[in-house]
Amino acid sequence: MSMTPDVVGQSTGKTALLIRRIVAYVVLAFLVFISLFPFYLLIVNATRGKVQTGIQFFPSGNLPGNFKTLFGHLAQGRYGSIWKSFANSFIISGISCLLSVYFSALTAYAIHVYDFKLKKFAFTFILLIMMVPTQASAIGFYRMMISWGLMDSFIPLIVPAIAAPSVFFFMKQYMDSSLPLEIVEAARIDGCGEFRTFNSIVTPILKPAFAVQGIFTFVASWNNYFMPRMILQEKKTIPLVLQTMKAEILGNPQMAHAGMMNLYMVLAILPVVIVYLCLSKFIIRGIALGSVKG
Amino acid sequence: MKKKSISYAKWGYIFLLPFFITYCVFNLTPLVQTFYYSFLDYKKDTGSVSIFNTGSNIINNGFCGLDNFKTVLGEGGEFFKTLKNTTVIWLIGFIPQIVVSLLLAVWFTDLRLKIKAQGFFKTVIYLPNVIMASAIALLFYSLFTQGGALYTVFDKFTSDDISLLNKVGGARAIVGFINFMMWYGNTTILLMAAIMGIDPSLYESSQIDGATPSETFWKITIPLIKPLLSYVLITSMIGGIQMYDVPQLLAGDSGNPSGSLKTLVMVIQTGKDSNIGTTAAISVLIFIISAVLGLLAFNAMNDKPVNNKKKKKKKTYPAKGGK
Repeated sequence: MSMTPDVVGQSTGKTALLIRRIVAYVVLAFLVFISLFPFYLLIVNATRGKVQTGIQFFPSGNLPGNFKTLFGHLAQGRYGSIWKSFANSFIISGISCLLSVYFSALTAYAIHVYDFKLKKFAFTFILLIMMVPTQASAIGFYRMMISWGLMDSFIPLIVPAIAAPSVFFFMKQYMDSSLPLEIVEAARIDGCGEFRTFNSIVTPILKPAFAVQGIFTFVASWNNYFMPRMILQEKKTIPLVLQTMKAEILGNPQMAHAGMMNLYMVLAILPVVIVYLCLSKFIIRGIALGSVKG
Repeated sequence: MKKKSISYAKWGYIFLLPFFITYCVFNLTPLVQTFYYSFLDYKKDTGSVSIFNTGSNIINNGFCGLDNFKTVLGEGGEFFKTLKNTTVIWLIGFIPQIVVSLLLAVWFTDLRLKIKAQGFFKTVIYLPNVIMASAIALLFYSLFTQGGALYTVFDKFTSDDISLLNKVGGARAIVGFINFMMWYGNTTILLMAAIMGIDPSLYESSQIDGATPSETFWKITIPLIKPLLSYVLITSMIGGIQMYDVPQLLAGDSGNPSGSLKTLVMVIQTGKDSNIGTTAAISVLIFIISAVLGLLAFNAMNDKPVNNKKKKKKKTYPAKGGK
């Protein structure tokens, strides 16, 4: 327990560090493998034929054929229009993303800028409901949508996005750090109305927060399986088509076209992966910001 | 004095309106309805069978007290069975997740270790989280089903010809693994943010005192990130309760093999057209569990006694040096 390490102590420290560094890189390489390998197999399998047995590490040449099958009559007959499933997913995710981001910002702005009696209550209330899963009220929601005649409609999948507590929370934190009240006051002095101030002065400042939360809500809606499965019947989003495909593998394995299904999965995850890879820096920063308070 | 200025209070209320109206219509009302249904004898009329879920053949036999709760909580009831399934699958995913995430977070923030290409590693380990869970589930299903790519690999280790998907342990392990793969990146990034919030001078002084990396980890890092650790634990539990996509796509609505993959939330989907009363009772129980967990998470993040004390203590040191 000497205060100043001697020469021997220093060199053992160095080898220890080297060993730790090697262990760290080996573990990291293994984790990279775990995270990427399933998707590599998916891409390889998307280039293979109808019947796939065993593992294969390199792509085959069936990709164009799989494309033809996927967008041909056969797939349309079994799963409905493939184009339509993409369009449906895109419409639902796109609109709910816009609604959610805009109205969450508006809600956060109300709490951030104005002083009113119920302000504290409203803020605590939103924080409390943040942890309530939508599944807990799903049965009531489902029966209500039946009685309102909104089954197989996009409305129940889109409109509830206006009330998104976690997006609100992120927006509020973002405003705390980068929306000084002086800007709002300056706008008032210049005679700008409250609503116009928000729309034309505040939203440009919030652009980075809009981008990060927009991606998160879009992805959540794009990947959502639980709610569409409850509400949609004839219309299909991507996860619902995947479910039909799974039922086919299980019930009628001879008919199932493995190459085509794998191609569909690749196309289903591709848009999100591309956006993620382009903006991963901001997204990863956003995760930490959204959840860690203070 | 203040009355002279214009009151903007009404704008606060106006801007809050869309959120609260939507919440009341699409969340609060259904929630209240769910509580109400849980006390009703409300189920499908077994006499007539209809393929369409129009709800026309569902009969409300009126108030039945706590009968629905007795049914779901009693013997043969679905609550404890599915809760156990959910818990086991969650643990299979969570335990490796927290261990690996802690390890990675410590490595990434270790100033002496200096891990390179951190941006790359973070991007890769978070990637599975943005990918559609149902696509990952179907991918694993096709890989592990008889004749699938990984089936042939794993088949070499077992004597029988049964796919892992058809064994209770195997199927749960696959779901647990998918959960691990999807969430360890997220946890790592959260823990890293917490560790980077710790004052670096604490690590420097521990290094001068000759502390080993494991001593630093257990005596400095862990106590200081405890609030975030409990937050991660609780939010992961809340996420675990909602587990649906992966087990449903791998195992179908009945959660095969032998119902071992049927999670709490799957009961809601399977019972939504047949047993509304008991399904609502399960939903109420899900609500209560998440509410309790939510309040715990809320508290965990709001009091950080350890953190504050240490910070005060440290602040006195640099003052000596002067600026």
